[in-house]
Amino acid sequence: MAKVIKLRKGLDINLKGKATRETLTVGCPGEYALVPDDFHGVKPKVVVKEGDAVKAGDALFVDKLHPEVKFVSPVSGTVSQVERGDRRKLLSIRVKADGKQEARQFDTKGDVKALMLESGLFAFLRQRPYDVVANPEDMPKAIFVSAFNSMPLAQDFEYVLQGQEAEFQAGLSALAKLARVYLGVSAKQTAKALTEAKDCEVNIFDGPAPAGNVGVQINHVNPVNKGELVWTMGAEEVIFLGRLVKTGKVDFTHTIALAGSEVKEPKYYKVKVGQKLTTLLNEKLKIKNEKSDEGSVRIINGNVMTGLKTTAEGFLGAHATEVNVIPEGDHADEMLGWIMPRFNTFSTHRSYFSWLFGKKKEYVIDARIKGGERHMIMSGEYDKVFPMDIYAGYLVKAIIAGDIDRQEALGIYEVAPEDFAIAEFVDSSKLELQRIVREGLDILRKENA
Amino acid sequence: MNPIKKLFDNIHPYVEEGGKFHAFRSLVDGFETFAFVPNTTSRVGSVNIHDAIDSKRIMSLVVIALLPALFFGMYNVGYQNALATGHLADATFWGMFWYGFLAVLPKIIVSYVVGLGIEFVVAQWKNEEIQEGFLVSGIIIPMIVPVTCPLWMLAIAVAFSVILAKEIFGGTGMNIFNPALITRAFLFFSYPSAMTGDATVWVSQDTIFGLGYKAADAYTAATPLGEAAQAGFTGFAPETIENAITGLIPGCIGETSVIAIALGGLLLLWTGVASWKTMLSVFVGGAATGYLMQALGLTNILWYEHLVLGGFAFGAVFMATDPVTSARTECGKYVYGLLIGFIAVLVRVLNPGYPEGMMLAILLMNLFASLIDYCFVQSNINMRAKRATLK
Repeated sequence: MAKVIKLRKGLDINLKGKATRETLTVGCPGEYALVPDDFHGVKPKVVVKEGDAVKAGDALFVDKLHPEVKFVSPVSGTVSQVERGDRRKLLSIRVKADGKQEARQFDTKGDVKALMLESGLFAFLRQRPYDVVANPEDMPKAIFVSAFNSMPLAQDFEYVLQGQEAEFQAGLSALAKLARVYLGVSAKQTAKALTEAKDCEVNIFDGPAPAGNVGVQINHVNPVNKGELVWTMGAEEVIFLGRLVKTGKVDFTHTIALAGSEVKEPKYYKVKVGQKLTTLLNEKLKIKNEKSDEGSVRIINGNVMTGLKTTAEGFLGAHATEVNVIPEGDHADEMLGWIMPRFNTFSTHRSYFSWLFGKKKEYVIDARIKGGERHMIMSGEYDKVFPMDIYAGYLVKAIIAGDIDRQEALGIYEVAPEDFAIAEFVDSSKLELQRIVREGLDILRKENA
Repeated sequence: MNPIKKLFDNIHPYVEEGGKFHAFRSLVDGFETFAFVPNTTSRVGSVNIHDAIDSKRIMSLVVIALLPALFFGMYNVGYQNALATGHLADATFWGMFWYGFLAVLPKIIVSYVVGLGIEFVVAQWKNEEIQEGFLVSGIIIPMIVPVTCPLWMLAIAVAFSVILAKEIFGGTGMNIFNPALITRAFLFFSYPSAMTGDATVWVSQDTIFGLGYKAADAYTAATPLGEAAQAGFTGFAPETIENAITGLIPGCIGETSVIAIALGGLLLLWTGVASWKTMLSVFVGGAATGYLMQALGLTNILWYEHLVLGGFAFGAVFMATDPVTSARTECGKYVYGLLIGFIAVLVRVLNPGYPEGMMLAILLMNLFASLIDYCFVQSNINMRAKRATLK
């Protein structure tokens, strides 16, 4: 029987607009894009030219420092644009799909790592410390996969997994050839493919968000010490790997949740990595013109807690398992917020009344910060929602102060920005914790290089 | 569109960089963020949704929690005046309250005008938003001085503490000492006669706008703790302790009533603004030390009498729990609170010169709070280092 790890700290935020268990398929033609920024820590080097014909699985760009790490096209078609921004920064490589779905055939008999590198699957591995794309020269002490996302409006992986159990297991078994694999399962998940998965150690996590964060699971199962590193992979990406191992072809089709209070009928959709969001969002939002002044919406590439704001013209992020749409709220003009009861407002604080309505009530929360940024005033706010044995507030202070020795001592190697998402939500001083941690990790990585 | 919102929108161009009245940017900003929840939305790369709690709401809650003690304090000022002049029988409730209200209001105004004035100037100068911390300090300060404290002294003390105890450290959240207590300490050490003196300071002895009564001779009324510090003290009469709980004793304006303080304390605990760990530990520390001192024969004050007399309850509920200057680690809060209780009673019992120890105890522990935290954080660091070497 798998070990059950009970977590007490954390917070489940009950948002309106959860996806119902129904999957629709979105037609695949149109433009796809691979965005290098989705793969943090990579210096991209483009290996195709505009007009080149590519198959699914052909490299579009590689990492300058490790050219063997390839980032491949999700579809077959022609490269339509290599988009660059300021100082020629590579923003995206776009591929116009030809609708033929031709995929490059890989030899699955050889070494798993070589196969993953060649087919672009290796690019989905992330390493901790630093939360960046893994380095193929490293030898990780373990690979962690979390089979659930506990954040609000997240995809339900157990639902997505239905019918793909064999691929998932094949992916886990392939990963097990690289290092010891740990699978984190939620106490609510009962699928045998998860709880009785083979070639890995299953741990069951019982507790509120962010229990589904792989960082929290690492901290409780096999924490990262200085000088050690672990790799992590998203659960759907394990399915990609399983398909590759079984068929020799890459297929980045996955089932994402389109959820949030501003979505007409929140459901699941079968899409591909890098798909243009217009094909997905078309007519599905409550407000047609998201640029109109009043009542505009915020489209989030990924989860509402960790994803990036984007537009309908954007492309589905490489790691995104959902697209959330919430009100922007920039014309709310709420009066005297510091003293009004604000019954419909969600807060963990008892000076609001959401404690009165129980945990079942669903809330619409807009993108306003709802206060000014201050120095850290209240104590213990972060610790209540930060289920690791790390003093979150002190770590954040050490990062702000730029004190690298202290960051190391306080455990910065174990965290990723997403682990601070809930703490950032509850913070009454409104500090941008994820940004602070991201910048701290980037500086530390540079210093240690 | 809301007319008030429109008004602010019309003012904006004038106070922005390069505008005619740019010097008032922080002031307009301060009022606007009080009138409306800011419409700013989160940036790309940070969390997309936020909890509705902010420091304005937290600070306002503390002010609300202070109101029972403040209103009772006003009533008590009138009550003590009537008692001292022998007019208790013909004084009315509202007469006494309005008398106290008029005696206290100028202090509140001076405290806020001086303190917030400095905050606005600093915010303008540093191009920052106004920080709300002084909303709380500004109302605590008039509550922890004697009613006869001259306004000019109060103004100097507030300016001293806001500038030297808070702003030079970087503002609310960065200060080491509680600004309200620094104000009191400044007054106490600079103008001792006005703060304890010959025991004439505790009771207002003159009429205000025709309200209240004038004392014929200088009336002396020591606080119960002051009495206890004098030679030959054998113990309190039971009614003194009863009065200390209801609050009808001479003392600083807001500190006398345990019941009124408890009402505020319950609100702070229920909303989680104050840490129950700190608050409870202060009382436990004080009670244990008081019991020990009495058992050793060093004092005739019983352990529970320490908790209800003087500034102990007020300090434990409103000052020791200040999140910025108290210990920030959860275990550290116990140590911090216990030591405050311990030192406060220790000063009361063993120091013959000064009957009250709460202010000094909290200020001393403000200084040691980071050291307490350091020990607990260090144990986490050691655990991590040990884990790394064990592998």
